[in-house]
Amino acid sequence: MRQFGSFIRKEFYHILRDKRTMTILLLMPIILIILFGYAITTEIKQSPFVVLDNSFDTRTNQLIEQLQASEYFTLYSKVSNVEEIENLFRQGKIRMALVVSPTNDLQILADATDPNEAAALIQYAQAILSSQLSTFNFQLSTHLLYNPQMKSAYNFVPGVMGLILILICAMMTSVGIVKEKEMGTMEVLLVSPMKPVYIVLAKATPYLLISLINIITILLLSRFLLEVPIVGSIWLVLGLSVLYALVALSLGLLISTITDTQQAAMLISWVVLMLPVMLLSGMIFPIENMPWILQIISDIVPAKWYIIAVKDVMIKGLGAETILKEIGILALMFVTLTALSVKRFKIRL
Amino acid sequence: MNGVHIQNISKKYGSVTALQTISLNIGDGELFGLIGPDGAGKTTLFRILTTLLLPDSGSASVCGLDIIKDLKEIRMRVGYMPGRFSLYQDLTVEENLSFFASVFNTTIADNYELVRDIYVQIEPFKHRRAGKLSGGMKQKLALCCALIHRPDVLFLDEPTTGVDPVSRVEFWDMLDKLKRQGITILVSTPYMDEASRCDRIALLMRSGVCLSVDTPEGIRRSFNKPLYAVRAKNMYPLLEELRNYEGTLSCYAFGDSHHLTLKSYKKDIIHLQSYLKEKGFTNVTIESIEAGIEDCFINEM
Repeated sequence: MRQFGSFIRKEFYHILRDKRTMTILLLMPIILIILFGYAITTEIKQSPFVVLDNSFDTRTNQLIEQLQASEYFTLYSKVSNVEEIENLFRQGKIRMALVVSPTNDLQILADATDPNEAAALIQYAQAILSSQLSTFNFQLSTHLLYNPQMKSAYNFVPGVMGLILILICAMMTSVGIVKEKEMGTMEVLLVSPMKPVYIVLAKATPYLLISLINIITILLLSRFLLEVPIVGSIWLVLGLSVLYALVALSLGLLISTITDTQQAAMLISWVVLMLPVMLLSGMIFPIENMPWILQIISDIVPAKWYIIAVKDVMIKGLGAETILKEIGILALMFVTLTALSVKRFKIRL
Repeated sequence: MNGVHIQNISKKYGSVTALQTISLNIGDGELFGLIGPDGAGKTTLFRILTTLLLPDSGSASVCGLDIIKDLKEIRMRVGYMPGRFSLYQDLTVEENLSFFASVFNTTIADNYELVRDIYVQIEPFKHRRAGKLSGGMKQKLALCCALIHRPDVLFLDEPTTGVDPVSRVEFWDMLDKLKRQGITILVSTPYMDEASRCDRIALLMRSGVCLSVDTPEGIRRSFNKPLYAVRAKNMYPLLEELRNYEGTLSCYAFGDSHHLTLKSYKKDIIHLQSYLKEKGFTNVTIESIEAGIEDCFINEM
């Protein structure tokens, strides 16, 4: 046990003395949250729109005021005919147009060159105008669950958590172990009574701790900066994160058993871990829209299951009993990967 | 009991032969040297004996334990210092030593007297990071780390390569002291001049062929031809001319002189002297010398 303790202390020395890496590890979640929260956003803000009012009714002005009051729309101008709307669309001056007919029919037009954006705009407008719409000859039929303002933060906070944990646990652990091989210290450690499983556990422990700090940072930022409520049990979210971190650690361990240089470990971590997390976990692109082959591949991306489970708990407020499937899959991945890498871990050079 | 026995060990890396049926018997408490150039398989042999590599064929035992079956026991009882500096560069001298002590379930205090003589020399720098030490200091620290658990057998792979001459002498003095404590030591070196400090040596040739095993004295005595050191004013043309000389068996440049063996001596020496004079060499001296390990090595090749 003393052996193990001093090994962990040694690992902390390595991490704490590499100031640059340490800074990156601690700042990364903050930067990612801010980037996704403010810069890389799929939300629409301050979209210019025009109104063509043929009804000359005061209710139209109420519509405009309500749209204006939201942060998503600003009135570009009022127009008097349909041609003007077309011109403004072509010039890219406006994103949306409201047309009110003399009989009080309401039409919402959006520029569908970007279909996602158009769909989002219409949904936003419908949501904002829902109270007013009943007075028009227009029936609102869409109802948005869980994310009525369509805040993208609801979607990306679990995604960023999935990304950070993979990055720190898998990449840092694999690089850390391979570094020992590269520096020749593994040779000395192997010719010692130290059990290989302790070497690996000691490597993983500090990163597990750092990733927990990161998860807490992300949760605090998302709660107080992005105002994403944590509806479900915080302990369940943390427990899920630990389970997912263990999967990531065992992945990192597996990578370390198949590579001999830090560069190779880094590259494999990027290609095998980071890209699938970004592209195939549902964090950025919805899995339902992918071709079937990618959907199948996405099933083996641990981040997918983690993100689904965290969303269920954090945003929908569901309990542990509803995410048993995800917990089971992650646990299975952990056991399989650990068994595989322990089997592959070389007790010789 | 703490000896090392090697029987017909062979090892290949792909098509490259590293060791060819090496057999050695190293006695309890012996300071045994593996002498040979780069690529002679010294490191491979050390790695096989420290259970890091498996031989293709042959068997070996360390402290009576089989290197394949008794992997764990051997790892408890040997100390290993790889050829490359293999400590943590970002840890201080003291942290490295106490880390390796705890890896072997011991403490610096427990075995301090064993490493004291070496450690006092690096103690003034104990708060310095290992990566910032000089070459000689690094080797002393590495030796301390390999010794801290009081091993029965110590494997030192080229411990003096890249170390200044003064530190090299100091290093060998330390090995003498360790030997007196009863530790069996296997040390490899490419430096022939260090061979004389071993009890016995094995001369290894490229691609892992063992040329001979004997005491340094015995190996020198096995050199059965008279050897001459030849000097003159123009050393390089002299080497050329000596090699062209009909009576020459072999001639090699050795520092400040050329070491020469002749096909038939006595009468040839006088003949050689006049031959060189004829060729216009001045200040020619030819003296009979004792063969060194390096002469034996070159002769055996």
